[in-house]
Amino acid sequence: MKKILSVKDLSVNFETYKAEVQAVRKVSFDLHEEETLAIVGESGSGKSVTAQSIMRLIPMPPGKFVSGSIEFNGEDLIEKSEKQMESIRGKEIGMIFQDPMTSLNPTMTIGKQIAEGLIKHQNMSKKEAHLRGVELLKLVGIPNPEKRIKQYPHEFSGGMRQRAMIAIALACNPKILIADEPTTALDVTIQAQILDLMKGLQKETGTAIILITHDLGVVANAAHRVAVMYGGKIVETGSVDEIFYNPRHPYTWGLLGSMPKLDNHDEELKAIPGSPPDLSDPPQGCPFAARCPYAMKACSTQMPEYFELSETQKTACWLLDERAPKVEPPEFVNVGGLKVNG
Amino acid sequence: MAKPKEKILEIKELKRHFKVDRKNVLKAVDGLTFDIYKGETFGLVGESGCGKSTAGRTIMGLYQATDGEVAFKGASVHAKKSKKQLKELTRSMQMIFQDPYASLNPRMTVKDIIAEGIDIHGLAKTKKEREDRVIELLETVGLNAEHANRYPHEFSGGQRQRIGIARALAVDPDFIVADEPISALDVSIQAQVVNLLKKLQKERGLTYLFIAHDLSMVKHISDRVGVMYLGNMVEISTSEELYEEPLHPYTQALLSAIPMADPQVERTRERIILEGDVPSPINPPSGCPFRTRCPMAMEICSKAVPQFIEHKKDHWVACHLYGDKK
Repeated sequence: MKKILSVKDLSVNFETYKAEVQAVRKVSFDLHEEETLAIVGESGSGKSVTAQSIMRLIPMPPGKFVSGSIEFNGEDLIEKSEKQMESIRGKEIGMIFQDPMTSLNPTMTIGKQIAEGLIKHQNMSKKEAHLRGVELLKLVGIPNPEKRIKQYPHEFSGGMRQRAMIAIALACNPKILIADEPTTALDVTIQAQILDLMKGLQKETGTAIILITHDLGVVANAAHRVAVMYGGKIVETGSVDEIFYNPRHPYTWGLLGSMPKLDNHDEELKAIPGSPPDLSDPPQGCPFAARCPYAMKACSTQMPEYFELSETQKTACWLLDERAPKVEPPEFVNVGGLKVNG
Repeated sequence: MAKPKEKILEIKELKRHFKVDRKNVLKAVDGLTFDIYKGETFGLVGESGCGKSTAGRTIMGLYQATDGEVAFKGASVHAKKSKKQLKELTRSMQMIFQDPYASLNPRMTVKDIIAEGIDIHGLAKTKKEREDRVIELLETVGLNAEHANRYPHEFSGGQRQRIGIARALAVDPDFIVADEPISALDVSIQAQVVNLLKKLQKERGLTYLFIAHDLSMVKHISDRVGVMYLGNMVEISTSEELYEEPLHPYTQALLSAIPMADPQVERTRERIILEGDVPSPINPPSGCPFRTRCPMAMEICSKAVPQFIEHKKDHWVACHLYGDKK
């Protein structure tokens, strides 16, 4: 599949009163057509900043790009002026935000908010935009769209609002859809509806999706490839099967272990001790070293390089160096993916 | 642990309604009946707006009940009490809140936050004793003495939740209502807090009412689980059985909607995807509250409210599919 977005060595800092926070540190990844790439990590790991950098939504100052490039259609998005970005946002790259209540405009009808992009980017008339809006609402599964299009966001429920936001993001058939925790604010039954909708729409339109989440269940459900972020860095990346059945980074092990499983009871959860590093003074070596049960001397002084384990899987961990002791993933990690329990 | 069957809490037909305006009443909790046994963890799950938090708060006596009764160790929670009786009740029931940022007073030191209950109930005679007790509590929850003189803003979310737990433990309660204690925390921190709660329960023989919307976590921590929908309890069972053999169509849909961290399972799994949204509790549907979204709805469902019956031993369900069909 064709590569459509390529992020290389991206570093983003934020100037604060206290110190400069290095939120994203040398992050590189590619995105291909028709695929869903999930970026997982805890709060503060830099996943949302990465996504917002692609859309150039980081306020500058206090934010600033320190290094790297974001290549889209053969052009570097970092070099673009604000004016040029306006013709990309919404048209080429769409975005869905976590909280549908605060990211929709409460003073505009849903119809008007959908039409905004259509009128600007596709030179539609108001009437055409309205008709297309009804179509879009129908597409995302909102019943009685002719009536709904005239309503305001407060008249919609949480799940409906998220559907409306997806309709807005997809209005101009963008090549990339960035979904920043699209289901976190929703209940499980509604979450299942929205994930289903996104997968269905991707099949129809071929949009590439960057899915940002902290929920590994959502990742397993919706993603093709996964990048695990920690302390502003991607520590491991691979296909969804590789990450779940052959993870090699101790942080990925920790994440998988701290999720309760439905088929075994009474076992203590494998909590990761400690808390994430302070990125205003990031550790010199591996960001996870302080919490890692396998940490060696080299880990705290030198950032591990990426070890390529397969064509798709890359892991930044010194345990994979030939000089390191051989460590197998703990038992609770489901290596090989064979599941006894149906 | 032997089977603890002593009832610590008996809830009968508990109702809590809120007046919205002159004409409308929001029935947040509309007739709950269940018991909680000593030493167990009772999980209460449901989607947002189903009334689970209101239920927890009403059981605690933070809200007056509109109707029905809550008996804690045989004595009514909502009946009029003398100051002394009330103090005794509040000492033995404590609460852990969802938002570790909003539930700690930012202008008090951690020491004073934790010791507030100790002071009110006069549990420490000297200043030294109070101090020792606070330090002991901090250590129990995995913090240390140095933290006592700091303020809440100096702590991370997980640490604040530990402070909240220490505060609840300070008065040596028997029963703790934990209202979504982990949903504001990151996954790796959630596991730490859940493990801590389990450890404390083992050591102190605590009874928990654990309110959450995360079904996999509830399964992990609870002995028995109750599922709520629109102010009503639809199913109660032991957590093992509920997850293996859910009876109510809502429980089945809820369980099938949890995404599992296993891509192969996710690819092959059949989901029951519910249509539409939860109806408004101001104007709930007639008959069974779930019938508007239920894939199995029958004619009778719109006419009669299903009775809450014991379909199997210790497995209660309110659904017309079970019991005497007409």
